[in-house]
Amino acid sequence: MYFDSVQAFLAMGGHGPYVWAAYAISWSVLIALLVQPIRKRRQVLKAIKLRRLRQGDN
Amino acid sequence: MWQYLVRLYHKLGSPRWFYQISGQWLPWLAVLSIGLLLTGTVWGLAYAPMDFKQGNSFRIIYIHVPAAFISLAGYYIMAIAGAIALIWRMKMAGIMMRVCAPIGAAMTFIALITGSLWGKPTWGTYWVWDARITSMLVLFFLYLGVYALAEAYEREELGNKAAAILALVGTVNIPIIYKSVDWWYSLHQPATIKLTQKPSMHPDMWWPLLVMIIGFYLFYAVLLILHGRAEILKREQRTQWVQELVN
Repeated sequence: MYFDSVQAFLAMGGHGPYVWAAYAISWSVLIALLVQPIRKRRQVLKAIKLRRLRQGDN
Repeated sequence: MWQYLVRLYHKLGSPRWFYQISGQWLPWLAVLSIGLLLTGTVWGLAYAPMDFKQGNSFRIIYIHVPAAFISLAGYYIMAIAGAIALIWRMKMAGIMMRVCAPIGAAMTFIALITGSLWGKPTWGTYWVWDARITSMLVLFFLYLGVYALAEAYEREELGNKAAAILALVGTVNIPIIYKSVDWWYSLHQPATIKLTQKPSMHPDMWWPLLVMIIGFYLFYAVLLILHGRAEILKREQRTQWVQELVN
C-alpha cells in the first residue's frame, strides 16, 4: 500500500472528503444503473405471470 | 459477403435475436467488468503513488477520465443508433437509442460531479463557466433532452424520430468538447492520454487508469445489454417467444 497507516489512507493528506465523496457518489450511480433494469425485468415477468393466472381463472 | 452482411443486419434488427445472443455474453462481461472496476478502484485509491503537485485529490482521475470517455463515446453510439432508426426504421436501433440516453446522462453526471470535487482542492472552486465544463454540461442536457423527447410521444415512431433528430443535431457539441481545452483558455488541464503519444504519466499511475478505462467500457456494454433486454422484454411481452421464455 502507498499509505503508512489506515488513518493516512482515510485522510488522503487532507483531500479525504473530496476523494471519498467522488468515489462514493460514482459507485452509487453505477450500482443504481445496474439495479434498475434488473428490477424492471422482474416487474415485467411478474406482470406476465399474473396475466396468465387471470386467464387461467376464466 | 454481401449476403452475409444483409443477414447480419436482419439478425441485429431482431429484438429476439439480440435478447438470446446477449444473454450468453452477459455473465462473462459482467464478471470481467466489475472485477476490473474493483481492481482499478483499490489500485488507484490505495496503491498508486501520490501526484506531487495535486496531492491525493488526483486519485479522482481514475473515475473522472473513464466516465468522461464513456459519456462522449456513448453519445456517438446514441447518435448512430438514432440515425439507423431514422433512416431504416430498425426496431433494435430505436430501442438502443432510447437506452443510451439515461445511461449517458448518468455517466456525464459522474464526470461532472467528480470533476467538481476535484476542482475544489485543485483550483479552489467547485465550478467555473469554462469551455470544457460548460460544453460537458450541455452534453448532460442533450442526453436528458433525447430521453425526454423519446418519452414525450404516445406513438413510439414519433418519439424515435424526434429524439433521433435531436441526438444528431447534438453531435455538433462533441468536437467542441474535445477541442475546448485547445481552443479557449481553460482551467481544465489538457488531455492526459492521447492515442498518438506515450502517456505523460508515470507507469505506476497509468496502469490503474488503463484498468479503469477498460472496466468502464465493458461495464457500459453490460449496462446497454441489461437495459436493452429489459426494454425488449417489456415491449414484446405479449409475443409468442417471450411467453415461451417465461415457462
